Amino acid sequence: MTFEEIVELISSEFGEEVILEKDLTSSPESLFVPVDQVAKICRFLYEHEATYFDFLSCLTAIDNGPQINTMEVVYNLYSIPFDHHLMLKVVVPRNEEGKALPEVPSVSHIWRTADWHEREAFDLVGIAFKNHPDLRRILLPADWKGNPLRKDYQDLETYHGIKVEY
Amino acid sequence: MPQYQYHKDHLLKSEPNKYTEEEIKSDEMILSVGPQHPSTHGVMRLEVITDGEIVKDVVPHLGFLHRCFEKHAESMPYNQTIPFVDRMDYLAAMNSEHAYVMGVERMLGIEKDISPRVEFIRVLVAELNRLASHFLAIGTYGMDIGAYTPFLWLMRDREHILRLLEWTCGARMLYNYIWVGGLFYDLPVGFEERCKEFIDYLKPKLDELYRLIIENKIFVERTANIGVLPMDLAINYGVSGPILRASGLKYDLRRVDAYSVYPELEFDIPIGRGEMGTVGDCWDRNYVRVKECDESIRIIEQCLERLQSDLKRTRDFDPQAHVPKKIRPKKQDLYVRAENPKGELGFFFRADGRSDIPFRCKARSCCFSNLSVLPEISKGVMIADLIAIVGSIDFVMGEVDR
Repeated sequence: MTFEEIVELISSEFGEEVILEKDLTSSPESLFVPVDQVAKICRFLYEHEATYFDFLSCLTAIDNGPQINTMEVVYNLYSIPFDHHLMLKVVVPRNEEGKALPEVPSVSHIWRTADWHEREAFDLVGIAFKNHPDLRRILLPADWKGNPLRKDYQDLETYHGIKVEY
Repeated sequence: MPQYQYHKDHLLKSEPNKYTEEEIKSDEMILSVGPQHPSTHGVMRLEVITDGEIVKDVVPHLGFLHRCFEKHAESMPYNQTIPFVDRMDYLAAMNSEHAYVMGVERMLGIEKDISPRVEFIRVLVAELNRLASHFLAIGTYGMDIGAYTPFLWLMRDREHILRLLEWTCGARMLYNYIWVGGLFYDLPVGFEERCKEFIDYLKPKLDELYRLIIENKIFVERTANIGVLPMDLAINYGVSGPILRASGLKYDLRRVDAYSVYPELEFDIPIGRGEMGTVGDCWDRNYVRVKECDESIRIIEQCLERLQSDLKRTRDFDPQAHVPKKIRPKKQDLYVRAENPKGELGFFFRADGRSDIPFRCKARSCCFSNLSVLPEISKGVMIADLIAIVGSIDFVMGEVDR
C-alpha cells in the first residue's frame, strides 16, 4: 500500500479530522494524529488485513524544547508481509518543571516491543504512558532526578555523594 | 572529600526489585543473577523468582553500562558521533558504523555518489566483523553451558579477523573506519590476498566447528526444545536477526531492503527448521548463526573477487573523495535500518536544517528488543536452562544500555 492509500483508509475509518498533518519530506512519509486516538489508530492499523503493521520498528520520544513547548512521540511501523512503512507522530504539550508529565496512551498491549521502548521514553524524555503495565525507569537508576534528553536538562550536582560533573 | 559516601540503602533505592518479599508465595525465593556474572554477558542483573529449581519469573535490570549515546549524539556533529556508534555494539562496530553512515548519507542525498569500490570494501569489512561477532556468540555460548573447547577455537579464529581489521584501520575493535561519504583509508596493499588466504583456512574450520558443537550430543540435549520462541511472539516483541530467523521466518534486511551492494551478491538466508527439537529453540538459534557464517564467507569471497578484478585498486582512487566538508542535512526526519549480526539496528534522525548536529538521534538497538523477550520465554524453565536461554539470545550490554 502506498502512503496515500493508508491515509485514505485511516480517514475513512476515523473521519477526515484525525489526519492533522502530512509530512512528505520525512522518510518514510509521516502522519500526525491526535493523541487521544493514537492507540485506536494503531490497533486498527495492526489488525486491518490490508495494512497489517505487525512490526513496531522504533518508538522515539522527542522534546522540542521550552520555546516551542511541545513534545512528540514517533512510531515507526513496518509490515513484514506487505513490506510497507509508516511513521506516525503525536504532539503533546510540554510540562513545566514539577508539574505532571504529559500523557500519551500506551501501545504496549498491541506491540509488546513498545513496553520497553515506552519505559525508555519515560525514563530519558519524561512522557507518561497511560495504561502501561509497568512504567518504571529502565536505563537510569530509580532515584535519578530529571530526564536527560530534555533540552533544558541540567546535570545533578551529586548522585549518592558522587560528583556527576567530570 | 571521599569519592563515594556509602549508605546501606543506596542500592535498594537505585535499583529496587520489582517483587517484594510480601508479594511472593511462601516457598518462592528472589535470586539475583548478576550484575557481575559471566553468563549475563556484561553487566546486567536478572531478578529471578524461583520455586526450588523452577523459574517463575525473570525481571531484567538494565542500565549498568548506560552512557546516554543519544545525548552525546545530540551534542556533536554527525561525523564525530561515529566513534560513539562503535561503542554501542562493540563486537560488531563495522556493521553499526555502516548503518549509521547510510542514514546520514541518505539525509544528505549523496548515497548514489559513493563509488562501488568503497561500497564493496564496506560490505567486506562488515561481513568480516559479522563473522567475528558470531564466533564470539557461539564460543561464549558453548562456555555458558559447559563446553570450553569451542570458545578457545573460535577466539583463535576471531583473532585472525581482528588482526585483518587492525591492518585496515589500526584498531582492533572500535574502528571508526567507515566515514560519511567514504572510508578512512583504502585497504592496505596485499589485504585482498591475505584475506583470501584466511578464508581458505577458515572454511574447513567451520565444518569442524559444526561437528564439534552443533551436532554434539551433549550440546543438542542441553539446547533442543529449550526456550522455544514462536514466530508470532517474536514479531510482536520486535525480535529480529538470527533469533527471528531461527523462529522460522525468512527475513533478512540485506535482502528485504537491498541496501548497499547486497543485491549484487549471492547468499542464502538460513532459517531454523527444528531439526533437533522445536522450531525456535536454543539449538536453532545457534544453528542459524553457524550457517550464517558460511553465508558471510560466500559474501566475502565475492567481494574479494570483485575487488581484485574490475574494482581493482588504482593510483587515483581516493576513498575520501566524497567525504563532505560540512554535514548539514535538510530539515527532515529519517529512519534508517540495517541488518546487524544481532538484528535490526535502526537510527531515527531529526535534522533541523540549521545546524551540523542532529536535533534528535535515537538508536533502535536490536539487543534491547531481543532481550525484552527473555521474561516471556523463560517462565517455568530450570535455572540451568535460564542460563542457556540468556546465552542464546546473544546480546551485548553496550548496545542494550547504549
